[in-house]
This record gives sequence, C-alpha cells and structure tokens, in this order.
Amino acid sequence: MLNIVISGVGGQGTLLAARAIAEAAICKGFEVRTSETIGMAQREGSVVSHVRLGHNLNGALIPDHKADILLGFELAETVRAIGKLKPGGVIISNTHRIMPVSVSLGSAGYRSDKMISSLAQATDRLILLDATQAASKAGGYKSANVVLLGVLSGLPELPFHPADLWQAIMQHVSPRTRQINQAAFELGQRIIAENRNTVSG
Amino acid sequence: MQKVLLMGNEAIARGAIEAGVMVATAYPGTPSTEVFSTLADLAPEYGFYAEWSVNEKVALEVAAGAAYTGARAMVSMKQMGLNVASDALMSLAYIGVKGGLVLVVADDPGPQSSQTEQDTRKFAAFAGVPVFDPATPQEAKDMVQAAFELSEKFGLPVILRPTTRVSHVSQDITLGDVKKLERSCHFQRDPRWVILPKLAYKQHIWLDRVQAEVAEEFNDSPFNRLSLKGKAGIVTSGVAYNYVLEACQELKLEPSLLKIGTPYPLPPKPALEMLASCGQVLVIEEQEAVVEDQLIKLAWQNRLGTAISGKHDSYVPREGELSVDKVKTVLISYFNLPRDDMPEMDVAPLPLRAPGLCAGCPHRASFLAFKELMRRDDVVFTGDIGCYTLGAEPPLEMLDTCLCMGAGITLAVGMSKIEPERKHVAFIGDSTFFHSGVPGLIDAVYNNANIVVVVLDNGTTAMTGHQPHPGTARTATGVNGAVLDPGEIARSCGVKFVREVDPYLVSEMKTCAREALEFDGPRFIVARRACVLQADSLRAYSIDAELCTGCELCIKKLGCPAIVKNQVVQISAACAGCGVCARICPSQAICEVV
Ligand SMILES: Cc1ncc(C[n+]2csc(CCOP(=O)(O)OP(=O)(O)O)c2C)c(N)n1
Ligand code: SF4
Repeated sequence: MLNIVISGVGGQGTLLAARAIAEAAICKGFEVRTSETIGMAQREGSVVSHVRLGHNLNGALIPDHKADILLGFELAETVRAIGKLKPGGVIISNTHRIMPVSVSLGSAGYRSDKMISSLAQATDRLILLDATQAASKAGGYKSANVVLLGVLSGLPELPFHPADLWQAIMQHVSPRTRQINQAAFELGQRIIAENRNTVSG
Repeated sequence: MQKVLLMGNEAIARGAIEAGVMVATAYPGTPSTEVFSTLADLAPEYGFYAEWSVNEKVALEVAAGAAYTGARAMVSMKQMGLNVASDALMSLAYIGVKGGLVLVVADDPGPQSSQTEQDTRKFAAFAGVPVFDPATPQEAKDMVQAAFELSEKFGLPVILRPTTRVSHVSQDITLGDVKKLERSCHFQRDPRWVILPKLAYKQHIWLDRVQAEVAEEFNDSPFNRLSLKGKAGIVTSGVAYNYVLEACQELKLEPSLLKIGTPYPLPPKPALEMLASCGQVLVIEEQEAVVEDQLIKLAWQNRLGTAISGKHDSYVPREGELSVDKVKTVLISYFNLPRDDMPEMDVAPLPLRAPGLCAGCPHRASFLAFKELMRRDDVVFTGDIGCYTLGAEPPLEMLDTCLCMGAGITLAVGMSKIEPERKHVAFIGDSTFFHSGVPGLIDAVYNNANIVVVVLDNGTTAMTGHQPHPGTARTATGVNGAVLDPGEIARSCGVKFVREVDPYLVSEMKTCAREALEFDGPRFIVARRACVLQADSLRAYSIDAELCTGCELCIKKLGCPAIVKNQVVQISAACAGCGVCARICPSQAICEVV
C-alpha cells in the first residue's frame, strides 16, 4: 500500500492532484481511496487530501506516521501535516508562502527558516522547490499543483509511469491551459531528475 | 468489469440512477451537496425530474408527493437539513409512501462545516424509519438499491446516512446497469393520505409493529456481517468499521467482529449470536450510542450477562470524528495492551489559517460600510449562515450571533423588543433569505420590529459550492423563468424602506447604511454584487510604494488575503480587483494596474 498526504491552502488545486494520482493508479489495476477537504475550509483555510493505493484497502484516512509521501503545496501547510509522515518518508514541498490573514494582522508569525528546518529534521528525503515561481515561468502560477505532480511522478515508490499521471491530469485541465500545464509538468520532472540522489530512499 | 473513480456522493447518485430514480430534490449542505449536483447533471440524459428546492422541508415534501404517485424519489440534505424537514418526516413515517423514497442525510462528525454534530441514525430511530450506514462509497452505492427496495416493500421512507468520510471519499467503483422502471405512476385518491388524529393513532400502531418486521428483514442483509473468533468481540457500524479493521491489523488483534450496516432497527439475529458467544463486547461507532443502546436492550430482554462497553463507560468518545489512531487508543485501553507512542517531534510554530472571505468578496465591502457608522456597542449585528459568517473573524468582527439558517432576522426582532434603544442589523445571504428568511421578514413587518435587514446578494449559494436558487437565472437543470428579487419580496411584504446598492461603491453603500439606521420600522437593503468566484475578472490593483505611508489601514480594516506585508505593504496575485482598498486608502496609494 502507498500512502500520500497532500496538504495546502483552499483553492490551490489539491483536489485535482489527488484525483489524478488515483485515476492513474486505477488504470494500473490498483484499488484507491482518497479523502478530500470540501466545505468551509476551502475558503482560504488549510486543506488536506489523503490518497491510498494498493489492494484490500479499508478507510481513506491515513493514520499518523503512516504516509510514505507528503506533498505540500505551501510551506506552512507542509509542516502542519508533518505528523502524518512515516520515518524515512519523502517530503516534496513548495517553498512558496501564502500569508494567512492572521500574519498580516500581526497576531501570528511566519517563521520560514524554522519551518524548513522542521522539514529537514523530519526526513533526509526532502525536496524543496518554489513550484509557484516555476509555474509562473511555465505560464501561470496556478499550475503550481501540476509542477508538484511532475516532481512526484519521478519518485521510485510510485507504481505508474510519469506519462500515466500526465494522462490523468490532462482529463481535468481545460484545453486552453493544456500547454501551460504540460510545461509545468515537465518542469517538475526536470526538478526531480536533478534531485534523484536525495529521494532514492 | 468497468471501474471508475467516484466520490461517495457521486456513487450514491449513480446508485439512484441504476435504481431507476424518477424524481430528485435537495437543498445544498456540506457534506451532502454533490449527491444532487451529480443527479442534476445527469437528469437530462436519463430523463428524470431534478430540482434544487428552496429548503429541505420543501425538498422532502416534493419528493414525497412524487412517491405518493408510485414514483421512486431521492431527496438529499445535510444533517441539520433534516431538522428543517423533520415536521414532514415525522408525519410521513405514519402515512408512508407508495413509490420508494430514500432520504440521503449526510452527517458531519468533527464537525468541519456545521453547527452541530447530530447523529441522523438517532433521528431515524426517533421517527421510526430504517437507516443504512455505509462504510465506503461502494457500499453506499449498493445500499441505494437496497434502500429503494426496502422502502417499497414496507411502504416506509428510508434514510441512507453517509458521513463526511463516505461522502467525500473517492474510490474505484464498479458500475451496474441502469434500470428504466416500467411504471405508470398515478395518485390514487384514498383516505390513507389524510392524516387526522384517528388515523394517526392507527398508523402509530402500524409504525411500531413494522419496526420489528424491518429488524427481522435486516437479519439477512449483506451489509451486516458476523465473524466469530473468540470470547472478546467488537461491534461496529459505518466508517468506524474501516478504522477497527486497520487498528486491529496493527495491534495484531483478532476479535470476533460484527459489522453493522443497518444500525436502526438493529437486526436481532447476528447481534444475539454475538452477545451469546462473547463474554465481553466493545461497541465502536462514531457519534451517538445508537447500536450500543439497542445491544444493551437486547441483552436485557434476553437475560444475557455479556459485558457491553462503548460510550456509556467512556471508552469511545461521542464528540468529534473517529480515526484509526483514536480507535487504536480505545483498543489499547480496553484490551490493556502496551502503548506504542511515537516520540513527539518538535516542529516550528505555525500561524493559524482559519477559513476567511476571499480576496474581493463583496460581503467584506458590505460589512465595512456598517462597521464605522456608529459606536460598535450601540449596534448589534445578528448574522446567519453562509460565506458571510466568516465576517465574524478579525479584523472585521462583524457578526455578533450565528445560530441556524434564517435566525439572523428573527433574533434581531427579539432583541429589538427588549433593547429598543439599540440598533439591530441582521445580515442574511440571498440563498438563506429564500430558505428561511422570508417568514422572519414577514414577522418583522407584522410586528413592526425596528430592525435593518441586509441581504448580501451575491447571486448564488456560495458556501456550499455555488448552487442556483430562486433569485438566480438558472434552476438545477435549466433556465429560471421567474427570477425572484428579494427587494420586490420585501416591498410586497409591506416594508417601506427598501434600497439596492453595490457594496463595492464604498461611499454609496455607507450612505445607504446611514439612512437605514436613521429610519424607523423594518428596513431592507439588498447589497448586490456577484461572488468573485463567479464574476468576470476585473483589473487587479497595486500599491504605489512612493505614495504608501505604511499606515496599514487597508490591512487592519479589511483583512483581505491579497494584501500582504513583506517589509512593505503589497498586493499579491490573488487580487480580484474589487477596488475597495483603493477607496479607503487615505493616501490614494492604491491604483488599478494598467
Ligand atoms: C438547515 C441547513 N441547511 C443547509 C446548510 C448548509 N449551508 C450553509 S450556508 C448555506 C447557504 C449559503 O448561501 P447564502 O445564504 O446565499 O450565502 P453565501 O454563502 O452565498 O454568502 C447553506 C446551504 C445549513 N447550515 N443548515
Ligand atoms: S466564495 Fe464568494 S461569497 Fe464566498 S467568500 Fe469567496 S467571494 Fe465571498
């Protein structure tokens, strides 16, 4: 069984990511379960998706310390989900920061340096990248989720080929943004190729 | 066999189509909404009737009307929706149905998007209607077919009760064939449809008797499974079954296991077998002690001394959601196992990220206009339910109450009668206004309440994912030929002060608010501006660093997620172009990006 936790901020496209991974796995004959955050939290709040692939699956929720992979769409939100990661698991995190209103108002701090060292403490298999900036280069910052999926697609634990994941993503992006998303996905693939040593596990 | 990824709610909708549903109705509410939105999308293709109803009571009654004629009908709602529909449900259980009627009532333990954690299984037992409790999306889909058949066999409405972890869980689902029911539906005139006290007494006797018959029927249901292993047993229902399986695997426990998919009425046969063969039984179910209470009663009736544990001796919490981790803790304490705690990690402090209004949300602009008009203590702002409830968060802090849908107007009426020297302003969303605000408004006019009602009209039911309503141009499946205008409704109800205003125009909105506060009697403002997630995109704004004095007024007043401070105050790519910050900046430092 493979357990993936995807965390981010409402509106960042975690739902599409979970769906695409699950659909790619179904095509390869796996059972899947995903669990989504839908509702109030989608308005600027913290959102988490759980994705499980394997055989004889039960519930969709991944227990603490059982995630093989933590895919974080926003720095603080990656750290928020860190308790899900198993020892030796992989973290892929966007370093892009989305300031919660509590920070702008001065009632809370946002300590990026401390957050990054928390991630480094949690695992050696850590890939940090500014996926939002990379997506802007590809043509639209909103495709950061697809950049991150491109990175994910290169992990050795995934039971399908990157092309399978791209096929699944393509079903969900509008033809208008197909090119931008393809560029975003390929950028992600390049980033993981450069980090092969870090994640070989 | 074909397998597709479906979310639990989509799987339920698919199950309804396979069962030949002829009428589908709903009012939105997390986590139930996608049951109906999926049905609405598929209604034209499969040729059945689908409507977003004005509220849950209406939705249930419309579905019941269809079922009176012999049609199969499905109505869906969230758990609190059943409170609104309960008047209809209680009598409907007595009267019964002819065609199958399935209520999908989704529970939200946690809660994540609700005012209560109520357990619909308990409601089902109160009303005397059978309830199915699925563990997975696939099981939920399979239960739909069984629920329709049961409903027609016994002439009773039946509830399917998914929770968030069925409704919003996706799974690889095996599709079945779609059945087209060959039925001629016709309402047959008969005294059985007219509930007078004499008939009610007779039907009450019938309803009580039928409970035992349904329980017997459930004895052989494939959704209830017993596996006897040893003297210690676990009984579980709904999604908790998944957590029990996984926790037992991890702890290497192999107890006897009774999995219940029909928690009310509890099937006596497997339950008694379990009680008779185990010396001790632990009941693990989410929310209330529905299965547990029935087991205790069954043990008492049969003079069985089995030790039954669960909620009543505090092993299993009633509040919040269960999980594998929580169930593990329960099992460790119940079976006296060694704890396997992982060392706590020291992680960086994290900022709170509570849900909030979107950048450019028109509700923010409406709140702003009222915020500065009077001393805060001299006005009470009663609120209601929707995205605008998030206006209670800092820095706006513009809601003093939130109770249930429609209560904003009526709470203000009650308060204004006790504290006439204070001003009372009730904020209500457009969908909520149609749902249950109109009777409150009529009450305010009828009893001459001195209150201001502000309808925050963003042209949609935003919080639950942008469903249409009677004030929008669309219905669930087509064009709305009779768009209702809240302002016209207020006028025809006899409100003398009715204004419409665009909240983005800060000074006009303020003028309107000031005039309303000075007027006497019921007053009505429609603050009309489309939800930004549905509006055409506007040109974004940016801050001229030369002109910005760093007063941070825009941040402190608005709390807009697009305005951030990175050494200097900046506007991020999230800007939706509402321009409200530009209108309040004292240095005119904020301009449209050209
Ligand atoms: C009885 C009941 N039914 C449904 C809901 C779910 N619900 C929460 S807010 C809302 C409607 C919000 O629409 P609107 O009033 O137009 O406000 P908006 O979100 O658009 O600002 C609904 C249906 C509920 N809380 N209670
Ligand atoms: S979805 Fe619409 S109504 Fe809700 S917070 Fe966002 S802009 Fe406002």
